[in-house]
Amino acid sequence: MNRDNDKGKVLIKRSLILGAGKFVLLIVIIARLYYLQVFQADKYKMLADENRISTRLLVPPRGVIYDRHGVQLATNRQNFQALIVAEQTPDIGATLEAFKKIMPLTEAEEEKIKKDLRKNRSFVPIKIKDNLTWEEVAKIQLNAPDLPGIIIDEGLTRYYPFGEKTAHIIGYVSSVSDTDVKDDPLLEVPGFKIGKAGIEKLFEKKLRGKGGNQKLEVNAYGRVMKEIEKVDGIPGEKVELSIDSRLQTKAYDLFGDESGAAIMLDVNTGEILAFVSTPSYDPNQMAQGLSSKEWKALSENERHPLINKALSGQYSPGSTFKMIVALAALESGVISPQSRSFCAGKMFLGNHAFHCWKNVGHGYINVVEALQHSCDIFFYETAQKLGINKIAEMSRAFGLGSKVGVGLENEKPGLIPDTEWKLRRFGEPWQQGENLISGIGQGYILTTPIQLATMTARIANGGYEVHPTFRKADPGEASEIKKMKLNPVNIELVKQGMFNVVNIPGGTAYWSHFDFNGQKMAGKTGTTQVRRITMKERQSGIVKQEDLPWKYRNHALFVGYAPHDNPKYAVAVLVEHGRGGSTVAAPIGSKLLLEALKLDATSQPVE
Amino acid sequence: MYKFYETSFKNQTLSIREKFQNLSFSYIFIICILAAVGITMLYSAANGSWQPWALNQLMRFGLGLGVMLFLAMVDIRIFMRYAYVFYFFVLILLIIVEVTGHIGMGAQRWINLGFIKLQPSELMKIALVLALARYFHSSSLQSIESVRGIIVPALMVLFPAFLVMTQPDLGTALMLIFTAGAIFFAVGVQLWKFGVVILSAIVCMPIAWHFLRDYQQNRVLTFLNPERDPLGAGYHIIQSKIALGSGGMFGKGFLKGTQSHLNFLPEKHTDFIFTMLSEEFGLIGAVFVVIVNFLIIAYSYSFALKSSSYFGKLVAIGLATNFFLYVFINMAMVLGLIPVVGIPLPLISYGGTVILSVMAGFGIILSVYINRNMNIGKD
Repeated sequence: MNRDNDKGKVLIKRSLILGAGKFVLLIVIIARLYYLQVFQADKYKMLADENRISTRLLVPPRGVIYDRHGVQLATNRQNFQALIVAEQTPDIGATLEAFKKIMPLTEAEEEKIKKDLRKNRSFVPIKIKDNLTWEEVAKIQLNAPDLPGIIIDEGLTRYYPFGEKTAHIIGYVSSVSDTDVKDDPLLEVPGFKIGKAGIEKLFEKKLRGKGGNQKLEVNAYGRVMKEIEKVDGIPGEKVELSIDSRLQTKAYDLFGDESGAAIMLDVNTGEILAFVSTPSYDPNQMAQGLSSKEWKALSENERHPLINKALSGQYSPGSTFKMIVALAALESGVISPQSRSFCAGKMFLGNHAFHCWKNVGHGYINVVEALQHSCDIFFYETAQKLGINKIAEMSRAFGLGSKVGVGLENEKPGLIPDTEWKLRRFGEPWQQGENLISGIGQGYILTTPIQLATMTARIANGGYEVHPTFRKADPGEASEIKKMKLNPVNIELVKQGMFNVVNIPGGTAYWSHFDFNGQKMAGKTGTTQVRRITMKERQSGIVKQEDLPWKYRNHALFVGYAPHDNPKYAVAVLVEHGRGGSTVAAPIGSKLLLEALKLDATSQPVE
Repeated sequence: MYKFYETSFKNQTLSIREKFQNLSFSYIFIICILAAVGITMLYSAANGSWQPWALNQLMRFGLGLGVMLFLAMVDIRIFMRYAYVFYFFVLILLIIVEVTGHIGMGAQRWINLGFIKLQPSELMKIALVLALARYFHSSSLQSIESVRGIIVPALMVLFPAFLVMTQPDLGTALMLIFTAGAIFFAVGVQLWKFGVVILSAIVCMPIAWHFLRDYQQNRVLTFLNPERDPLGAGYHIIQSKIALGSGGMFGKGFLKGTQSHLNFLPEKHTDFIFTMLSEEFGLIGAVFVVIVNFLIIAYSYSFALKSSSYFGKLVAIGLATNFFLYVFINMAMVLGLIPVVGIPLPLISYGGTVILSVMAGFGIILSVYINRNMNIGKD
């Protein structure tokens, strides 16, 4: 009985301990609840929201690019695509069959649709076909009863109305690549496109705008339950360019099949009115994405459609450089306006002969005549007296030998050599003979077409340091442009020479002259050898350019401005392997300047 | 057969009417509150619908109430008399499940009786408590404190626990062992014996590890490091903690739990219902449920203490411990304190068998209370 009592007491004692243990464990539960729900509540609230809220970026419409008169050069076009939502159709197979009757699908397309359908949940829209035309959209909508689950979605795609004509200015947009700087969450949006070249790249930030976002509540399977919040983005800003789309079109068309570059500047503001590099490419195709075959065809074309020749092409300026030599000589007093040199068709330095392009020679000529006839001997002698460093100094003052800095990619600086450069580059002193060939714009000298245009504009405006720009100038901006310290008499002499080139019979560009209500053109031609003429050829009679393969033919150049008496427009034209400056380049420059004058005269509003 | 010593008038069999008057209505009331909470949460789990769970649960709870009241009316001596019979009956059912399970489709935990799927392991929780209570009721303290005296009850625990483990149902097996352990502790088995058992269990752990199925091993590993597999097994624990934590002090409101209603929370109507409750009603709601459960256990304890029979005391404590283990394991599991073992929260989680087994337990506890003045002889 006593032991039984003990047994009962033990049970009560142990039971109370057990109960106390349970109590403690339940306190642990409460403590844990407190820890999770109060102490860590904020962390878990955030995680719950991360689970629940799916933020979608709303892509803002990209800014439109206009020319100086408000014509659209790059715009956004509606793009319709057909999507299928699996859960909204009783039979996917039947719907797809019905769709195929309206619009055939290739086997590859069908394969991809079926793969996407398998991979995604049934409420996710799957793309069937994009870039639908209006007629196709109408057809689908008309047949909607047979096409359950098919929806039409519209988005915006970039469109370049002028296509290849403006490709080298505007550039294009394309998908974001791994190497692009991801400084904006918009870049992570699938299908988002950014400027990859040209103005599209230069003004990317401005054109892109700011993304908006939409907060959606989604469930664990990703289905959207409702919209929580929507913040609209800011559309991209418009960009107005200095380009005149009419002159741009004209310049492009003038090239025809030729390969080269042409630039037209406003000589007072530096605004680029036309900027062409041919052949070109279709930026609309670039924006949609090229197949590797198309890409290969473009990048391996011997005429380099992807290279912007106006900025990246470096060419010997040839005779178009003679204005710089003449001006440098006049400014430094090495020659006077009246001093004459004798051209016998060739001259000797040591026992090396230097030829004029005209075998029989020009006789006694002064600087204006030398420019008019493009006499080589005169400029050999002048350059010999002047020395390369004086020539280089004047060249640089007129924008040669360094990037003009219009902001587009891959601009090349060209090359204006001097004695120091030669020593640094080759470890050799400058040679007398190199002075001579530099005098006619050959040798080491390299310029880009945009530099030649700058040079021409600065001559035409009487020595104002205009800088080419794609930005449309504000009224009154011209007054801030610095003027070079040049004797106005000298620059007038050079301009007289350029006027004679075009307007006096016997001038190298006489065949391109025009008289539009008394407004005439001044200019200078250039023809540069791509391949040396051998002594043998010189003796046996020069092979006709037309008989050479394209890539061995001479480059043709022309620089000019108009109107001659009150210059407004300057052009530089380069035709790669165009044979002759007078025959190929000058007509293009002339027609372009005439077009500009005509447009000014009519000054009709642009459509 | 067994004789009952009728030492006083108190030991006379009570009439149904007297029994009914002796029922603890506050105890039943608290149980009903818990069930009501459960039905409310099931209504929410179905996004505010009585289908498919809340209405079923209500009907099952009604059935459970019937079972409870029926068992409450049973004379406690009957439970004692048939404790072993019932134990062996359930043991045989367990063996049948085991055998058919092997023949049939692998893991099988129930016998289909047509109208109900009988889960013998649930019955075993009650049968084991009754059988152990009867055993210890009859043995002396001396015997309890000896090694020989506890070999038989230890086998009574280990055999069914082993069968349940092989089903495989680790959670229920552990519950059987813990419940029995609590009873062994309560009757006065010396602490050093627990020490020996725990030590040897630790030693055996690496061996036992090999007997665990892959998914069980995964659960333990995932518990130890939920980030190990954030989209697979760890997903449940991570999402459960997010749901709980984001509920904060006052919760997101009824039917407004984002984690639950957007399906981030798995098993929200069964094992993880407490998480959903905590998400929607916050710390306040969760603590309220803990307190209601605590009250049920506290009442059961007070009934045990009031019972004049050793058998009655031990049955009430054993069944209360069983209930406590459900509550604690489930809550600790969803709170990320222990591995996910698949134990539901009684009366709140959806599931018929658990309701019936827990309500049967409450019925027996009520019987202990009604028969609190009944002295029961040693054999």
